Amino acid sequence: MSPALHIFKREFASYVVSPIAYIVISAFLMVTGWFFFSTFFIHNQASLRNFFSLLPIIFSFIIPAITMRLMSEEFNIGSYETLLTLPVTFRDVILGKFLAAALFVAIMLLPTLFYPVTISLLGTLDWGPVIGGYIGVLLLGSAYAAIGLFASALTRNQIIAFIIGVIVCFSLTLIDKMLFFMPKALLGFFEYMGADVHFQNIARGVVDTRDLIYFISVGIVSLYGARLVMEEKN
Amino acid sequence: MIHVENLSRYYQDFCAVNGISFSIQKGEIVGLLGPNGAGKTTTLRMLTGFLMPSSGRIQVKDYTMGENTLAIKHLMGYLPESAPLYHDMLVYDYLEYIANIRGLNPALKSSRISEMVHLCGLNTVMHKSISELSKGFRQRVGLAHAMIGDPEILILDEPTSGLDPNQIVEIREIIKHIGQKKTVVLSTHILSEAEAACDRIIIIHQGKIVADGSTESIKQSAGGRPMLMLTLEQTDFQTVQSRLSAVSGVSEILQMPSPDSGEIHLKLTCASDSTRRDVYQAIRQTDWMLTEFRPETQTLENIFRELTLEN
Repeated sequence: MSPALHIFKREFASYVVSPIAYIVISAFLMVTGWFFFSTFFIHNQASLRNFFSLLPIIFSFIIPAITMRLMSEEFNIGSYETLLTLPVTFRDVILGKFLAAALFVAIMLLPTLFYPVTISLLGTLDWGPVIGGYIGVLLLGSAYAAIGLFASALTRNQIIAFIIGVIVCFSLTLIDKMLFFMPKALLGFFEYMGADVHFQNIARGVVDTRDLIYFISVGIVSLYGARLVMEEKN
Repeated sequence: MIHVENLSRYYQDFCAVNGISFSIQKGEIVGLLGPNGAGKTTTLRMLTGFLMPSSGRIQVKDYTMGENTLAIKHLMGYLPESAPLYHDMLVYDYLEYIANIRGLNPALKSSRISEMVHLCGLNTVMHKSISELSKGFRQRVGLAHAMIGDPEILILDEPTSGLDPNQIVEIREIIKHIGQKKTVVLSTHILSEAEAACDRIIIIHQGKIVADGSTESIKQSAGGRPMLMLTLEQTDFQTVQSRLSAVSGVSEILQMPSPDSGEIHLKLTCASDSTRRDVYQAIRQTDWMLTEFRPETQTLENIFRELTLEN
């Protein structure tokens, strides 16, 4: 078995035993539950659309909190040195840690499956957008986890890693709402850069390759960035 | 086994290691000595592939660092300074994790783990979390971590730092035991430790090698003349000086500060060990009271100070 798999297992186990993980999950469920259901009965529609439209902004705070410790903690306690002198490559380390964070995000989303189930009991729910929405959320979550990992590789301070992660994710989420302020020549670029549009496309149930490629490239660029930072450190 | 040529490492403008070269044979226990900040840790980090050299070349067996780094990492076990381990893991889980990453097969894995537990005396802490361990136990887990993959080369950065005297002896025993079969490179600034545990000593100062060899050869090459420490009573310095300077082979007589006015403390530099006999003969013919007669050879400590104090 590849070392990446063992790093992934260790990293995931470390999420499961840490109290921070449960605090983050609880916070996530409380915030999404509150914002979603407080207006749900006013809209009086059996759809999860409002839930999904909330997620990019909530993720840009929650996911950096999940990923902030991935590298920073290793730098801080010095275990980075023991890790890198084991027969592992940068790729093993980054892949293992990224997958652990992505799986944790997926598990954090599991309890929200109660929402569509509850709603389908209250009215007729169209499952297409729900499935699309969850695919989109997983892509978005993974891309943000990759950004968070990159931010964590930049510093040994978890708080700074968190703030950098939030800034990047938050900008990606909101950039397409700020097009008004952008120079005309760059409009197309900034519009494509916005994570929200791509996510909402998928959440509508339209899985377009452009949107898939967007999330995959954000993920790859971030992970590659983390690798460059690690190489630079040595 | 390990060949290092012109190895240098800069941190921005600061030169931590400045063009050092050495080679280490299979089965040697080599001690890297030097004051704090001499470049010991940086050298070890480069040997383990954690840091890339700014210039120079490291070759381990037939592999070159930078080209076959992964193969070299497979050959090495490394204990970083102060054993930074994952705090949230149990000792057993941690050792198993390392064994997995090192690619040990399941059957070998459990036998290696129990061997490490036995060798490093970990059986009482196997199911404790690493964060609960005392410094000594953490260091032992670190040693087990370094040795579990049965590496050919062990690199230990200050393996006994922060331990109490009993633990130091225990760790030293373990190192000696491993050193029978493996190549060991360890760094320390405790001289007695290097003398006790190592076959060979490399002294580093300001990023350069200032001495390299066995303790004996370092002592010889430092040109240590035998010294003789004397304490005499019922006499005075002038008489002693005139009397003893007449003895052939005594090249220098120094009066050392004395706490008691009735005593004179002297330091004689002798030409050879046999000069001691002549000195004794000379004293015997007088009625001085001889209360101390102590030959002193150049200690590693003195050599170390001489080599590392100058700029």
